[in-house]
Amino acid sequence: MSLTHTDVEKIAALSRLSLTKDELTHFGEQLSAILDYVAMLSELDLSDAALEDQTAEHHNVTRDDIVLPSLSREDALFNAAETRDGQFFIQSILEE
Amino acid sequence: MEPTISTLIELRDALRRGELTSVAATQAMLDRIVAIDNTIRSYLTVTDEMALEMAATADRRRAEGEDTPLLGVPVAVKDLLCLAGAPTTAGSKILENFISPYNAHAVDRLIEAGAVILGKTNTDEFAMGSSTESSAFFTTRNPWDTERVPGGSSGGSAAAVAAGLAYGALGTDTGGSVRQPASFCGLVGMRPTYGRISRWGVIAYASSLDQVGPMGQTAADTAALLSVIAGYDPRDSTSLDTPVPDYEAALTGDIRGLRVGVPHEFFIEGIDTEVEAAVRAAIEQIARLGAEIIEISIPHTRYGLPIYYLIASAEAGANLARYDGTRFGERVTGSDVIDTVERTRALFGPEVKRRIMLGSYALSAGYYDQYYGRALKARELIRENFRQAFETVDVIAAPTCPTTAFKIGERVDDPLTMYLNDMLTLPLNLSTGCGLSTPCGFDSKGLPIGLQLIGGPLQEATILNVAHAYEQTQPRRKPELALGDIA
Repeated sequence: MSLTHTDVEKIAALSRLSLTKDELTHFGEQLSAILDYVAMLSELDLSDAALEDQTAEHHNVTRDDIVLPSLSREDALFNAAETRDGQFFIQSILEE
Repeated sequence: MEPTISTLIELRDALRRGELTSVAATQAMLDRIVAIDNTIRSYLTVTDEMALEMAATADRRRAEGEDTPLLGVPVAVKDLLCLAGAPTTAGSKILENFISPYNAHAVDRLIEAGAVILGKTNTDEFAMGSSTESSAFFTTRNPWDTERVPGGSSGGSAAAVAAGLAYGALGTDTGGSVRQPASFCGLVGMRPTYGRISRWGVIAYASSLDQVGPMGQTAADTAALLSVIAGYDPRDSTSLDTPVPDYEAALTGDIRGLRVGVPHEFFIEGIDTEVEAAVRAAIEQIARLGAEIIEISIPHTRYGLPIYYLIASAEAGANLARYDGTRFGERVTGSDVIDTVERTRALFGPEVKRRIMLGSYALSAGYYDQYYGRALKARELIRENFRQAFETVDVIAAPTCPTTAFKIGERVDDPLTMYLNDMLTLPLNLSTGCGLSTPCGFDSKGLPIGLQLIGGPLQEATILNVAHAYEQTQPRRKPELALGDIA
C-alpha cells in the first residue's frame, strides 16, 4: 500500500508532529514499506473467539485510599519550562 | 591504577577479603573511562562525584562490619532509568536538560545493595533502535570492532561492560534491547519475566513489553545483579508479588535431564552461516552436559515482527504524547498552544517520529481493526505457541540474532532491515517468559556470537544455570580494549 502526502499529513497531525516537505516524502515511503510488510498478518485466521478475550487474566490493581508521601511541589515543578505561583505555566487555551 | 579484576563476582570477593577498597576500584574505573571512553562512547553522563561518595560510603559500611550483596561494586545504568539528581535523557534532545526527581526502583535496589553508580549509558532514543545510532547524542562503538555498532537499544550498557568500563550494567528489553547488544558485545544479558522487575522510574516506551534487564561478563555476574533488582514494588501495578529466589545459589552447573527445545523456525533464511554453526555447536555442547535436545516448533515466529511493531508503536504513540513541553522536558514556544506542542515535538528524531506515526495510523479510525486489533489477537497465537512448547521442554535454545554486529551507518536509513535484526528476540517479549543471551564463540571477523536461552514465566534461575553450565566449558575471551589489556 502506498500512503499519499495527504495520508501522511493526516497521520502527522494526529501525532502532533509537523513535518517538512522532505520528511513527508521520506516518511511516506518508509511507512508504506512497513505497512506492506505488516500486511502479512492478514494471512492469519484470527476468528477464534479465545483470541478476543485477552482481559480475562488481568485485573485492576488498587490500594487503600490513604495519602502517602509524594513528590514535593518544588520537585514536581523542577523540570517545567515555565512556572508561575507554584504552578505549571502554559499559553492560554481559551479565548478571553 | 589499572584494574586487574574483570568480573563482578571476582571484584565483590576481593572487596570482601579487603584486598582493595571500593574507592580504589571506583577510581580505577573512572580513570579508565577518561582514558578510553572517548573512543567507545558508552556513557552519556559520568556521575563521578556521586560515584566516589557512594564508594566512600561503601568502604565505611564495610569497615563497620556491614556486607550487602553489591557493596562497593561499580556498575552502570542505561539512561532510560532515573537516577535522582542526575540527568535522564532517554537518548533524546527533548529530555536533554531533564534531571531525575527520584530513583527508578531498580536503581534504588542497586544502591540499597551497596552498588556504586558510575553513570548513565547511551541508548537509542526512547529505546527505539538496535544500534544506538538513533541516540540524539552520538553512536556508541563496539569494543570488539570500533567500526561496528554495539547493538541496541542498551548498547551503551553493553559496550561499557565489554570494554571494562563497569562491572555490570542495567538495560531495558522491549523487543530484544538487552539480549541483542549482549550478543553483539560478547556478554550475558537477560530479559526477565514481565513484572519480575518494577518499571517504576523507567521512561516508558511500550508499556506491555518494557522490562529492565541485567548484563554481566558471566552468568554468575548477571545472577548477582538480578537477585538485587528483582522483586515486588507496589508502585508498578504490573509488578509480580512472588518470592525472589537466590539466583546465584541456583548456578549448580548440573543440567542433566533438562529438556532443551530447538525451534526450527528460529534458524531462519538469511541467518549467517557462522552464527548458525556456532549456535548448533553450543546446543551439542549442552547435550554433552546431559540435557536432552528436542526439536520443537514455534509456528508463528515469522509474525512476531509485524505484531511487535504495531503493538509497540501504538503504545509508544500514547506514552510519548506527554512530551508536549508542559510539565517537563524541552519547550519550544510557538504562536499558540498547538504550535508550541508541534515545535517542541520537532525535537524528536526520525526513528521516534516514524514509530509514533505508525502507532497513530494503527490506532486511527478505520484502521484499528486491520492493524492494532489484528496484532493484539495475533499476539495471543505467539503466546499460545510458547505455552505449548513449554509443555514438552524446560528451555528453548536458539540464536539471539541472525548476524553478528553490523557496521555503523550500514542500516541507518533502512528501517525494515534494521527491524529484521530483532526477529529472533521479540517473539519472547510478545509472550510471557524470560530469556537471555550468552556468548557462544566468534565469527571469522572475530565478532561475538550469542546463544539465546528462553525459559517459561519466572524460570530465570533455570536459564541462568544452563548458561553457567555451558560457560564452564568455554574459554573466556575479552576484546583487546578490555580490562587489564591496556598498557
